[in-house]
Amino acid sequence: MTKEELIRPENLVCGKPALMNDVPMHYCPGCSHGMVHKIIAEVIEEMQLEERSVGICPVGCAVFAYRYLDIDWQEAAHGRAPAVATAIKHLWPDRLVFTYQGDGDLACIGACETIHALNRGENITIIFINNAIYGMTGGQMAPTTLVGMKTATCPYGRDVKLHGYPLNMTDLAVNLEGTAFVSRQSVHTVAAIRKAKRAIRHAFENSMNGIGSNMVEIVSTCSAGWKTTPVEANKWMEENMFKFYKLGDLKDIQH
Amino acid sequence: MIKGAIVVDTERCKGCMLCIEACPLNLLSLVERKVNQRGYPYIQQHDWESCTGCTSCAVVCPDGCITVYRKKED
Repeated sequence: MTKEELIRPENLVCGKPALMNDVPMHYCPGCSHGMVHKIIAEVIEEMQLEERSVGICPVGCAVFAYRYLDIDWQEAAHGRAPAVATAIKHLWPDRLVFTYQGDGDLACIGACETIHALNRGENITIIFINNAIYGMTGGQMAPTTLVGMKTATCPYGRDVKLHGYPLNMTDLAVNLEGTAFVSRQSVHTVAAIRKAKRAIRHAFENSMNGIGSNMVEIVSTCSAGWKTTPVEANKWMEENMFKFYKLGDLKDIQH
Repeated sequence: MIKGAIVVDTERCKGCMLCIEACPLNLLSLVERKVNQRGYPYIQQHDWESCTGCTSCAVVCPDGCITVYRKKED
């Protein structure tokens, strides 16, 4: 069999999701945002909600997410994505409403909105990209930065006496009455990506069925902010991030 | 026997090398001394005959620039 005989539409098994636009993404090489965008596009396509999905963009690296996925998007002010999502879900209860936020947006300026939206049990999904650093603004310390981790604003490592402890938003969400499904996943290997996809699908199904609020944290890499290569960043994440941010489904009221 | 092949959107590729790491048969490599229009080196499949079309490279690709084809050979 020649390569030309193989490369035909009937033999296609995997490619760019149909909902993903042809615009090249502005993310740095190897950024986890791309994987999560792909997962969301695939899940929405599988659930046939292309015309009934509304995503809320954050402020941060994913601020241009509306360019990359061919669904409806709304841009929110910094940290206010869960509040905007609440309004949209109340006006359009039949839509899939989800927010897509980074750790600076969700855990710092938007901590209040996030906790209250989850605690009210709004039927939305919050997708939380946690790379423990402010990626877009140049690698400053975030609330989720690990103890001892070096960033632009803590060049000698995060010091507990000076900067306090990292904030674990997903563990907080577990203890809120309104949350239906809380999960922490990663996208560094094929198996992890499949698990993350299952978690996002479950969260989207819950929000469509009106069971409660859902939060899926994706522990991610920021190779540019961590000043390493994408492959090395994945190794660093496995060795350091997973100790503090333990993967798995943390809460599921249906099981 | 199952045969696979990939097509790389070289203009979309950023040469992050995550697919090279993910390929179980080590069939991918970066092109040498070449870059795309945006200045990134891109990946190529240097040995397509061994490819089984397992889709690992396409699943981990953050930019969705790998398309995988697979066929069972009689």
